[in-house]
Amino acid sequence: MSEVAEKVKNIVIDHLGVDADKVVLEASFIEDLGADSLDTVELVMAFEEAFGVEIPDDAAETILTVGDAVKFLEKATA
Amino acid sequence: MAGAVGLMAGKRGLIMGLANNRSIAWGIAKSLHAAGAEIALTYQGDALRKRVEPLAAELGALVVGHCDVAEADTIDAVFATLAEKWGKIDFLVHAIGFSDKDELTGRYVDTTEGNFQKTMLISVYSFTAVARRAEKLMTDGGSMLTLTYYGAEKVMPNYNVMGVAKAALEASVKYLAVDLGPQNIRVNALSAGPIKTLAASGIGDFRYILKWNEYNAPLRRTVTIEEVGDSSLYLLSDLSRAVTGEVLHVDSGYHTVGMKAVDAPDISVVKD
Repeated sequence: MSEVAEKVKNIVIDHLGVDADKVVLEASFIEDLGADSLDTVELVMAFEEAFGVEIPDDAAETILTVGDAVKFLEKATA
Repeated sequence: MAGAVGLMAGKRGLIMGLANNRSIAWGIAKSLHAAGAEIALTYQGDALRKRVEPLAAELGALVVGHCDVAEADTIDAVFATLAEKWGKIDFLVHAIGFSDKDELTGRYVDTTEGNFQKTMLISVYSFTAVARRAEKLMTDGGSMLTLTYYGAEKVMPNYNVMGVAKAALEASVKYLAVDLGPQNIRVNALSAGPIKTLAASGIGDFRYILKWNEYNAPLRRTVTIEEVGDSSLYLLSDLSRAVTGEVLHVDSGYHTVGMKAVDAPDISVVKD
């Protein structure tokens, strides 16, 4: 797992209070990890803060799974 | 803020509009708690309940229950509970606003009638509605505080109908101050600089607004919820006992500025 993926995973575990083994790249925040719509906004804010990047609204709407977040943030911080 | 210890000792009050630990209401709650106040909190719906309850636990705050200011009976229920548990209160913090996200971008002129009404009801009228009920519990006088923004005074991009609502809110602060003054109840507003909260995430180009403030405010930075909280202590405590109908700017001085700082970079080319 990349450094970005590790950091994303920890943020998700911390924010949603879910077991680490559930936070796989394919996991959907809402379907698999029990996030509500506010959680998804809060997660995006947490990613922005942790990685020092901006995630515009239209990009945020495409971040549905852990893997989506990792992909976006790997590109944004490259 | 070690200097504030005891400033609010023996005082009790209600904070409405807490969403999560980025909320301005949370900054205010923390400062009040550190100064010795006892705090009651409401939440709107189950999504916010699960966020508010752990925060309330951190401060030993009373969770009064669900309150949707668009439904008068839920406001009544909150004040009935407070009357039963505490009998009287000393302060009220109103940190509530709403507008359709789709209209917090683009042109104000395109605001719909439905969203205009809903924005005014939730962001403006609700303060008057809770003030009327809180008045009855402020039997030894009290302090009411609402949150506003400079977009009430000057046009801010994308703030749109929310700016119009904040202007009405600031006007209602003055009218409430006059009505409630004889009972020694003070009514003020705190105009915070932009802060990245859950609510602010609905405003278009918010990051641009933050950067602009950082480059151009006299203090050359934005403000934190903790700084807003500490300033609110002044308005909610006896330190401001002769102050009412006021709007206090807690914005690194941004409201004094007439144009871009000469040394501020051209923001269109700034990348973080």
